Amino acid sequence: MQTRRIFKDRLAKETMLVLTIVSILFVIVMGIGLYMKSAPILGEKSLWDLLSSSQWRPMKGEFGFLPFIVGTLWVTFIAIILAFPVSLLTAIFLTEYAKPIVKKCVFPALDILAALPSVIYGIWGTLVIVPVISEKLAPHFVEYSSGYTVLAAGMVLGVMILPLLVSLFIEVFSIVPLELREASWALGATRWQTTRKVVLRKTFAGIIASTVLAISRAFGETIAVLMVCGCMITIPNNIFESCYPIPALIANNYGEMLSMPLYESALMFAALILFVVVLVFNILSRIVLYRMEKKLN
Amino acid sequence: MAKNKSKQYEEVIFKILMVISMVIVFGVVFSVIWTIVSKGYKAISWEMVSQLPGGGFYIGKEGGFLNAIVGSLYIVGASTVLGLIISIPVVFFLNVYLKKDSKLAYIARLAFDVLFGVPSIVYGAFGFTIMVFLGLRASLLGGIIVITLLIIPIFIRTMDEATREFPRDILDATYALGATKWETLKVVIRQIAPGIATATLLSIGRAIGDAAAVMFTAGYSDRIPTALSQQTATLPLSVFFQLSSPIPEVRNRAYAAALVLTIIVLILSILGRFFTNRFSKNKL
Repeated sequence: MQTRRIFKDRLAKETMLVLTIVSILFVIVMGIGLYMKSAPILGEKSLWDLLSSSQWRPMKGEFGFLPFIVGTLWVTFIAIILAFPVSLLTAIFLTEYAKPIVKKCVFPALDILAALPSVIYGIWGTLVIVPVISEKLAPHFVEYSSGYTVLAAGMVLGVMILPLLVSLFIEVFSIVPLELREASWALGATRWQTTRKVVLRKTFAGIIASTVLAISRAFGETIAVLMVCGCMITIPNNIFESCYPIPALIANNYGEMLSMPLYESALMFAALILFVVVLVFNILSRIVLYRMEKKLN
Repeated sequence: MAKNKSKQYEEVIFKILMVISMVIVFGVVFSVIWTIVSKGYKAISWEMVSQLPGGGFYIGKEGGFLNAIVGSLYIVGASTVLGLIISIPVVFFLNVYLKKDSKLAYIARLAFDVLFGVPSIVYGAFGFTIMVFLGLRASLLGGIIVITLLIIPIFIRTMDEATREFPRDILDATYALGATKWETLKVVIRQIAPGIATATLLSIGRAIGDAAAVMFTAGYSDRIPTALSQQTATLPLSVFFQLSSPIPEVRNRAYAAALVLTIIVLILSILGRFFTNRFSKNKL
């Protein structure tokens, strides 16, 4: 009886250990899988050529990723510029100012934003943001804009990363012990002074890390961006032109490339770029966040 | 005195900015929901949610998107069960078998945080390569596999957070009674049940709304799949494909499907908040 119980415990432990290790290795397997699939195109063209050329003609065997990379960077940049101040202020308000009753109203709203699927944001973007840009905003700056633009994609993306940023910021701010704030209040500092000089200063690294996490989330967002970005293979000159981010490229062309091995490989390379960027950004910022949590606790 | 005044001004200015941010957040939520509800409400009918696509469906003739609803439910149901089966042991292992400052636990948590950040389109592309490797084609099974992989990190992270706050004394009490670590599972599971519920709801929400991952792996079909090897439609993809049609009737059905999807997600989100409020005191 006794030995059977101990045996069971051992068996369970070994099984769980294997499950855990397999799921850790999954990150590596994913990288290797994508790399192997993109090996054909990497063998044919140099990495630099792929990343710096802007000629995209799959039928002629030309694969330049520059327009897609620039498109992704533009869209992500606008999304962060729009979402960062709003979410930082929202998070400060919620942790430093708001009464419990206010929090009870705001959190469900953020929950809803976080839960809505990408395709819903896509519809909202095409019905609300795109017309506003093409009819109201763009005419002040350029002669003509379809509305399906860098700006539209950036705005939709900004809304989508807002709940993530707010929740990361709140987590970061709540690591700061109450005593530090109390010390500042006791010296006669106002709430905002306390926030600026104590909370924000203590969590500076965490704020940067959270923003990097949000950037990496924005990089990979597919369907919503695909629906409002216009999908034109050009390097946009201003925010009122169409663009074509990397995830949209993969999603749009997946079906048709199956007959051409090099084309498939090119799309896999696109996925590999996304994976590597996200991997590096995530590992760095998570380590910063772990460190900070440990230090302040 | 002047300094005192400027600090009061600063306080007021930033308070106003915060209120503006709040208004933006609520405005956006309202705008999104209003857009979907007003468009979807006009378009939806009982026929749409209860019938399969009929002949000429994609040129605006009759039929509904029951295929997409059922397809989504199949994929979400199966992957949620699989996800639970895989992630509960991992969470238990991280929190009970491993010590607090274990290197393995640190690396595992980092790995799941990273996996959580990997975009679903990359899961889709990777899932597709696995399927090619295994000789599978786009199918219900493929969709289930990819969505399971996609939601496991969400499961593990959410449950892990709930379990980390779990008081160690209870574990010590079970050991004192002579229980093995495996046998304490019963106690732990009961204690973190609300955490499991929240994690499940979050995962279902993510699984049902994801389009990019199932795009290549589950395919699309007008019929309800009867075998794992058949292709299946999903709600988000049904919205996406119908929306790109130039025919207004088809686009209207996309709005109706979007409304159905939104309602499902809203219910899940409200239930999730209910569980977190009800069962955890320290949570925000």
